[in-house]
Amino acid sequence: MSASTNISYQKLEDRSRITNLLLRWFLYFVLVLFAFYFIFPLYVMLVTSFKTMEEIRQGNLLTLPGQLNIESWAVAWGGRGYGAGDTYLRPYFWNSIKMVVPATFFSTFIGAMTGYVLTKWRFKGDSWVFLFLLFGCFIPYQAILLPMARTLGILGISNSILGLVVVHSIYGIPFTTLFFRNYYVSIPNELIKAARIDGAGFFKIFFKILIPISAPIIVVTVIWQFTQIWNDFLFGATFSFGTAAPIQVALNNMVLSSTSVKEYNVDMASAIIAGFPTLIVYVLAGKYFIRGLTSGAVKG
Amino acid sequence: MFKSLEKNLPKIVLAPSVGLISWFVYGFILWTFYISFTNSKILPRYELWGVGQYAKLWGTRKWLIAVDNLLIFTVLFLVICIVIGVVLAIFLDQKIRTEGILRTIYLYPMALSFIVTGTAWKWILNPTLGIEKLFVDMGFENFTFDWLVNRDMAIYTIVIAGVWQSSGFVMALFLAGLRSIEDEIVKAAKIDGASLFTVYWKIIIPMMRPVFFTSFVVLVHISIKSYDLIVALTQGGPGISTTMPALFMTQTAFHKSQVALSAASAMMMFMAVAAVIIPYLYSELRRENVS
Repeated sequence: MSASTNISYQKLEDRSRITNLLLRWFLYFVLVLFAFYFIFPLYVMLVTSFKTMEEIRQGNLLTLPGQLNIESWAVAWGGRGYGAGDTYLRPYFWNSIKMVVPATFFSTFIGAMTGYVLTKWRFKGDSWVFLFLLFGCFIPYQAILLPMARTLGILGISNSILGLVVVHSIYGIPFTTLFFRNYYVSIPNELIKAARIDGAGFFKIFFKILIPISAPIIVVTVIWQFTQIWNDFLFGATFSFGTAAPIQVALNNMVLSSTSVKEYNVDMASAIIAGFPTLIVYVLAGKYFIRGLTSGAVKG
Repeated sequence: MFKSLEKNLPKIVLAPSVGLISWFVYGFILWTFYISFTNSKILPRYELWGVGQYAKLWGTRKWLIAVDNLLIFTVLFLVICIVIGVVLAIFLDQKIRTEGILRTIYLYPMALSFIVTGTAWKWILNPTLGIEKLFVDMGFENFTFDWLVNRDMAIYTIVIAGVWQSSGFVMALFLAGLRSIEDEIVKAAKIDGASLFTVYWKIIIPMMRPVFFTSFVVLVHISIKSYDLIVALTQGGPGISTTMPALFMTQTAFHKSQVALSAASAMMMFMAVAAVIIPYLYSELRRENVS
């Protein structure tokens, strides 16, 4: 190899190093720009919630509050203390807790059992049964809203937390079944066979063998169901109103109520309170959240 | 007796879920379907009335606006979410040191409800105190931004908020897809002299076809069902300019008490979703059977 080609090769290397460096700067620039875009609303919500209305009118979305003014948080959570027309989130927050805990439990448990039968006690046509259940993940709920409203009325549980627990438990089954079925499929059947030879029955195998190794999928399913049910608005707004409403419905009512001057700081504090539980779950268990998201994705 | 119980135990355990889904999903859809062929107003009436509700639906101005809005929203939402998602995923896949933090930031909106998102964006897009004031304060004195209260532009505010909420999710889908591609393919192409751009454009993006398909289905599904975001952001207004089918359906049923017409609109939504989902399920199942 002559010296000149060596030099030109060196030049080429240098040039590509420079373009690479520029390219990397460009990459970081775009990525950080988008990070700002995604963070921006959260930032605006937070600073607005700590401002006084005076500061809101004087400043703009980005300006920081003069001091941390927590009054709007107190109003959002506990109201102003006068009777009629004073809506605040505390009772609705508990409504949502009372709804989300049992509904998540029931749907997860039923899904685990169903997934167990569909993978470890296979029978002719079981994949059709799975498909039959899976279809429930995809329906637009508008197609079941009218008969559901009537059914809840007939059962005497419309406009109640219990009614919402029933609704969310049922329409969660397709998703929880999907999660558990896909997880149990990958668990070797030999494990079950060995246990059966040892005389373990249907329930013993489920509770003593499968449940102890199901922790990851239970976490994924519980997070998914918790997030979906906590964030639901359609069922909440359709089947409950007044004092039995879940938090998303209450938040919407608070923001829309036009009885007095708009208080954007209270609105933002309320929105953060309503989003707080799911946000915490996301921050603490993001990995499981994303896993659920990518496998149970088709839900609006 | 005990033996046969033991033998049928799995099916007995399966029965509740199958029963519940049969009744509450399939039974209810059939009921809605049936009601859409009657002339029910506040209460369901069961005498058949033919396809009158469907004719009425497609002659209702508000429904036509809703369908128009759905088309505009779906196309923009789909294209923008996929472009942002693909770009972010490819960029993040270049061994970025702060990937974990960035990914967390891009995806957190998915943890929030559409009501929370809508409330936040409604404030940001506020025609006097929001974005407009920000730009005026920055020195653009004649800057106006009134999309939220502008009949012709309000639908785009829903796109803005929707994209903010969902594009991180598309990023996550594509990132998972990119991670499943073996490095060898990229290396081999580079040795053959292909530039990084060519590698992505000609090799990797075409390999992502299943992920495009999944994103397409998920996003179309979200957009057909979009309801909460509109309620929180515009309530379908100004006027009826941002009505969408899901909002039309509930308003017709619960405010206007036209149950049969509402059922007809629900069935139209159902068919639109089915048209997207059934081919998807079919192809997924085929893929599972092949592998």
